[in-house]
Amino acid sequence: MTTNNSIAASAYPSSAIGQNDHISALKFITCGSVDDGKSTLIGRLLVDSKAVLQDHLAGVQRGGETDLALLTDGLSAEREQGITIDVAYRYFATETRKFIIGDAPGHEQYTRNMVTAASSADAAVVLVDATKLDWKNPELALLPQTRRHSLLAHLLRVHSLVFAVNKLDAVQDPVLAFKHIQGALAAFAQAAGIAVRATVPVSALKGWNVVNAHAGWCGYDGPTLLQVLEELPNTPADTALAPAFPVQWVEKFSSSSDTSQGRRIFWGRVAAGSFAPGTAVQIFPSGQLATVAQVLDHARRPKDVPAGTSAGIILDREVDVSRGDWILAAPTAAATPAEDDFGDTPAAVPAWPASRELRTTVAWMDDEPLVAGRVYWALHGHRWVKAKVKAVVHKLNINTLAEESATQLDPNAIGHVQLVLQEAIPAAAFSKARVLGSLILVDTASHKTAGAVLIN
Amino acid sequence: MNARTDAALLQNNHMSYHLNNSHLDALEEETIFILREVAAAFERPALLFSGGKDSLVMLKCAEKAFGTKASGGGIPYPLLMIDTGHNFPEVTDFRDFRAQELGAELIVRSVEDSMARGTVRLAHPGESRNVHQSVTLLEAIEEFRFDALIGGARRDEEKARAKERIFSHRDSFGQWQPKAQRPELWTLFNTRLQPGEHFRVFPISNWTELDVWQYIDREQIGLPSIYYTHKRQVVDKKGLLMPVTELTPPREGDVVETRDVRFRTVGDITCTAPVESTAATPAEIVIETLAADVSERGATRMDDKTSDASMEKRKKDGYF
Repeated sequence: MTTNNSIAASAYPSSAIGQNDHISALKFITCGSVDDGKSTLIGRLLVDSKAVLQDHLAGVQRGGETDLALLTDGLSAEREQGITIDVAYRYFATETRKFIIGDAPGHEQYTRNMVTAASSADAAVVLVDATKLDWKNPELALLPQTRRHSLLAHLLRVHSLVFAVNKLDAVQDPVLAFKHIQGALAAFAQAAGIAVRATVPVSALKGWNVVNAHAGWCGYDGPTLLQVLEELPNTPADTALAPAFPVQWVEKFSSSSDTSQGRRIFWGRVAAGSFAPGTAVQIFPSGQLATVAQVLDHARRPKDVPAGTSAGIILDREVDVSRGDWILAAPTAAATPAEDDFGDTPAAVPAWPASRELRTTVAWMDDEPLVAGRVYWALHGHRWVKAKVKAVVHKLNINTLAEESATQLDPNAIGHVQLVLQEAIPAAAFSKARVLGSLILVDTASHKTAGAVLIN
Repeated sequence: MNARTDAALLQNNHMSYHLNNSHLDALEEETIFILREVAAAFERPALLFSGGKDSLVMLKCAEKAFGTKASGGGIPYPLLMIDTGHNFPEVTDFRDFRAQELGAELIVRSVEDSMARGTVRLAHPGESRNVHQSVTLLEAIEEFRFDALIGGARRDEEKARAKERIFSHRDSFGQWQPKAQRPELWTLFNTRLQPGEHFRVFPISNWTELDVWQYIDREQIGLPSIYYTHKRQVVDKKGLLMPVTELTPPREGDVVETRDVRFRTVGDITCTAPVESTAATPAEIVIETLAADVSERGATRMDDKTSDASMEKRKKDGYF
């Protein structure tokens, strides 16, 4: 299991101010099932880090007691039912970092909301309820929700995963309970290939090890949950790949008299690699070649731009580019000529080959099931294409991610699906390149967002 | 002491500047990305612009996203203001000044016109017109056939807002349906519409009140003068300072005092209260905001206190 110690060593550096300038806000999600104390944990993080204002705190007094869970359930339907329906976003800051919590519901029927929250998260905190486990048993079985949430976060490539073992204040022998639960979590994570950043024993109710340390409790002297979160990295962008850029918006210069360069700026967010003046590019789908003349950052200042940042690209010549097109790295000459190439010039290899047939993992979100033969809209980058479901290959058991035979995907199901597109797109595996590897499916009749698609 | 932070944080406020510069860059970038997405994905978008601090922050980001008329660019959609007729003149004057400065098209539609048409009826003459803005807004959407309205609402303002997507779908009655929101995955925004429907788009969803003030400070964004300390006649009603104006005269038994105040939020005069403050610059307001122990709405708005779900209900009726 990945170490607590490295985090412990660097948590709360005495002169942290200034050292973390490069770190931006950490977006994290909290997972856990209905009664695991998720809302209480978030309430505890907000209250103990002093992010809750007096008027909001006054709104959650019930019979003289503060009910922290009431801080987070914002909709009247949620308060009526005492459950969380949709993702809520909450904000707090410590001395060293800002945080955005994507508070996703725990119910299995809201898997879609967890997928929504996870798609933009840097980290996931999976809450484990100690009182629901046979903690005296060293071979204890984890709850399905723990496995499900961890596997979903892993599938969506959430960069860091942290286990918070809650309600240890309510068990007889917290030292033994934590030891056995930690062992079971580590064994599960190893078997699933999930790297775990930390496993922290907490009591959300009493506030132990959430923001404030409760030294030595459960035999644990590591960082608190908040200290762990303060040190987690942001999701690294796909900078080490060949450049790829989906064109979001085309701006025409109206006042430029300089005709030596293409007189348009192509704006978008760099999907992979990095662009700089001199980068050789090919436009998708037209295939035209060009060279980058100038690059602007999101606020129109000249700068080289790596993956993950908004940019404006000006090319060295007039080429036909519109919203939805891609500016990709120019093809590179192949080392050896292709077998059927009788000429002297080696074939050029596209940096991002286009394809029309995709093998994908789909998280299904619509109330209507996904069935073979149906046609949907697909959005990839800024490009809309029609997509037909060729076959549903497998359904994944949502608790184990094991493959089960299926002919359709029901709401909140996840499965392997073959798609055929009307036009090719520069696709890549999601495990390699996030932006090129992800798309959404939209119902052509209702216009609802029906599926989250990860290209395999 | 305050609830937001501890004493050390206040004494060393340089820290917060250090901490948040990269964070502000990320927020600015997200906002600019969304503003461009709206320009590209919709046929008839508009940006709601009241002259308040949040809309001025959005306008600054729009300037960066699109350039200005002078630089050969310009914001590719009109600015829209729904005027209750009960606005602070400092704010509407500033609104007109900024729109003109940018060369932007400004459309103003007023609740009073809706009242004249009979589509808005007040329960009594003194009733706040704030809630009735929804009617005038929906009328403007129909008149101009807007398909996307950009607004400056933030998720930290209110619990129902915390649940809302950045691209928030509205049906043909302008209603928000919290249980049927479109999942928002990565930055793949599903902007498809049926006829008559529209989107409300919130580019500064992820900003907090503190972020807004730090950005105003960093970018030196001009604001209407009433955001900074000034002397004003007020009536202290259990901690809420009611401004004494023509529209809100003192009632019998009210004690009118002159105090140093500023507005944390501005809106309809009849439901917006200032807070006591001597802060004269954005940097001073940043420090006050760090120390604030009451939320922006809790300190200043009377119309949110009716019930726990009042904002949610109003949003379902088409309110922002």
